[in-house]
Amino acid sequence: MKMQLTCPMPKLDFDVITLGHGSGGVLTHQLLDAGVFDLLKNDHLSNQHDGATLNLSGKTAFTTDSFVVNPIFFPGGIIGELAVYGTVNDLAMCGAVPKYLSLSFIIEEGLKMEAFWEILVAIKNACEQAGVQVVTGDTKVVDKGKGDQIFINTTGIGQVLDIANIAVSNIRPGDCIVVSDQLARHGIAIMSVREGLEFESDIESDTKDLSKVVEQAINKFGEDIHVLRDATRGGVATVLKEIADQSKLGIDLNYRDIPVNESVEGACEMLGLDPMYVANEGVFISIVSQEIAAEYVDFLRKDAASSQAAIIGTVTEEHPRQVIMTSAIGGRRVLSMLPGEQLPRIC
Amino acid sequence: MKYLSEYRDPELVSQYLEEIKKTVTQPWTIMEVCGGQTHSLVKNGILDLLPKEITMVHGPGCPVCVTPLNLIDKAIHLAEENNVILCSFGDMLRVPGSKKSLLEAKAGGADIRILYSPLEAVRIAEANPDREVVFFAVGFETTAPANALSVLHADRLGLKNYSILASHVLVPPAISALMSDPDTVVQGFLAAGHVCTIMGLEEYYPLVETYKIPIVVTGFEPVDLLQGILMVVKQLEAGKAVLENQYSRMVSETGNTNAKEVIEQVFERTDRMWRGMSIIPGSGYEVRESLQQYDANQKFDVWTVDTPEHAECIAGEIMKGLKKPIHCAQFGKKCKPSNPLGAPMVSTEGACAAYYHYSGQTELVEA
Repeated sequence: MKMQLTCPMPKLDFDVITLGHGSGGVLTHQLLDAGVFDLLKNDHLSNQHDGATLNLSGKTAFTTDSFVVNPIFFPGGIIGELAVYGTVNDLAMCGAVPKYLSLSFIIEEGLKMEAFWEILVAIKNACEQAGVQVVTGDTKVVDKGKGDQIFINTTGIGQVLDIANIAVSNIRPGDCIVVSDQLARHGIAIMSVREGLEFESDIESDTKDLSKVVEQAINKFGEDIHVLRDATRGGVATVLKEIADQSKLGIDLNYRDIPVNESVEGACEMLGLDPMYVANEGVFISIVSQEIAAEYVDFLRKDAASSQAAIIGTVTEEHPRQVIMTSAIGGRRVLSMLPGEQLPRIC
Repeated sequence: MKYLSEYRDPELVSQYLEEIKKTVTQPWTIMEVCGGQTHSLVKNGILDLLPKEITMVHGPGCPVCVTPLNLIDKAIHLAEENNVILCSFGDMLRVPGSKKSLLEAKAGGADIRILYSPLEAVRIAEANPDREVVFFAVGFETTAPANALSVLHADRLGLKNYSILASHVLVPPAISALMSDPDTVVQGFLAAGHVCTIMGLEEYYPLVETYKIPIVVTGFEPVDLLQGILMVVKQLEAGKAVLENQYSRMVSETGNTNAKEVIEQVFERTDRMWRGMSIIPGSGYEVRESLQQYDANQKFDVWTVDTPEHAECIAGEIMKGLKKPIHCAQFGKKCKPSNPLGAPMVSTEGACAAYYHYSGQTELVEA
């Protein structure tokens, strides 16, 4: 379920962001004081210092990601929540509980303040959902034409759970491959509204916080979870091929077990895209011990974030470094990495 | 998914495979004309399931593969030098021209836009009255009606800044050319279902008559393809050569008459160069003279040099069915999707791309 806007925009002297808002002077302060600090309020941010001073102990996970999605408002989400969940989910895949984020904006002048406010509110809501604090940040504004409305970078720090032992080297032949949800929704939702490729659809992005369900799963299944990976750009196929290469083991998949919803499947058929390679923003892959696989899937299915979880394949010693999928009709094909973006076909 | 899963039913597939195995008594070479069929055969692993007597060779029905190199150069030139907004189907973008691809030209700053419908290009022309907008109208008979409609639509709107760079190719003359080649190994054809959905069956009767060869108009799903193969094999084993329609749920005798009318209004037949092959008489469409203000070839005086194909690329022999991608010495070595020597390695309908992505030959070659 998507959060509703709950924070009305304060009255401001400006309705578009201009170069001056990134100058560090009066306008920058007006912009930040107008809401950023209030909206994302916490002790670290309230200090308004050059950086945050954190108390960390134990094993710590650290990651960064930049968000350049076009359009910035898309079916099922906006760039703000994507920027929080993207980094939070990466921390979760390291077996960590997300704690702190940095937040940097590169804004193209001319961005409407209303749009920026909506992005900020989405960030606030996503942070609350994921239980993270924005503790430091930066805002720059670039000339018109030098950006694409807004780019966001977030860097995250998380506390690795003691019980977690996530590493490709833990994978064993016989392990099961589990995906947490239906594939390809984010990529298709974005494509359905991209200029030149629009088509009518009810498909929404799957952008969501995965950290809660992953934390619970690690606490329950511990070292039986061998690998966790976020299947974002390049989709599930690309991640599995990376894992096969790193582990020097093979992966067998069965097409009939792959969860894809009908609208997404239809859109992929129409555009000539393979859902295995389309981006997700709320799907993670787990490689787990065979013994616990069925129970693990049942556990994931109880959480709304992973209600469509399914075992899609197994790890094998045969065909090392290859990912092989049994097709709908029982034939076999190799899944390799794509040379670039998937482009819609002619006919 | 309804209307798809029925044609991917493993039970039906094994029944057809069984039937094919029972029917075949000697080696036969069959060509699937369309690149979409090639990809379905490879992606679903059908080639490995067929009895060894049956060799499938992969035809020239990949529109971007046969688009002449100098036309790609021309499209790039228009975008780079003439300040044109060049619109194209996505599939065309990675195909190498003589110096670069459209994707590389786009990265260099040319205004190249990926569209799904040519009508979208008309909308762009309407929204940018100060810029020339050119749609790279590539494809077989299947895409010709939509491309023709874009011209009629632009004409109705009175747009002066819209034109198409037409590179349409036609299936029946290509089958004639393949069968007239004394080296041909093809003994039966799976004709392209979508092409015939538009054009109907009329043009195919003379082909079975002239070349005494079985042609079965076939769809794209596993069950379609296996049924089509079975129908061809049955004819070959019985010494018959007739036209049959496997894809009857889409293809009628007369085709889509409205679509054919639109094609007729906008295009006329012309000789066309097929990349990697040769000039095939009457095998293409160009914009009629009466509508020549919408013909980018007439509108822009672009001179391009005829550049030879890469010496090591055997795309032409592959598309004539004389060789398979794995017979190419550079397959997966010098020639990869990231560095294609020829178009079939990058098109989503190209035979080399199908083998590279799905069949595991790459890994074997790379190992």
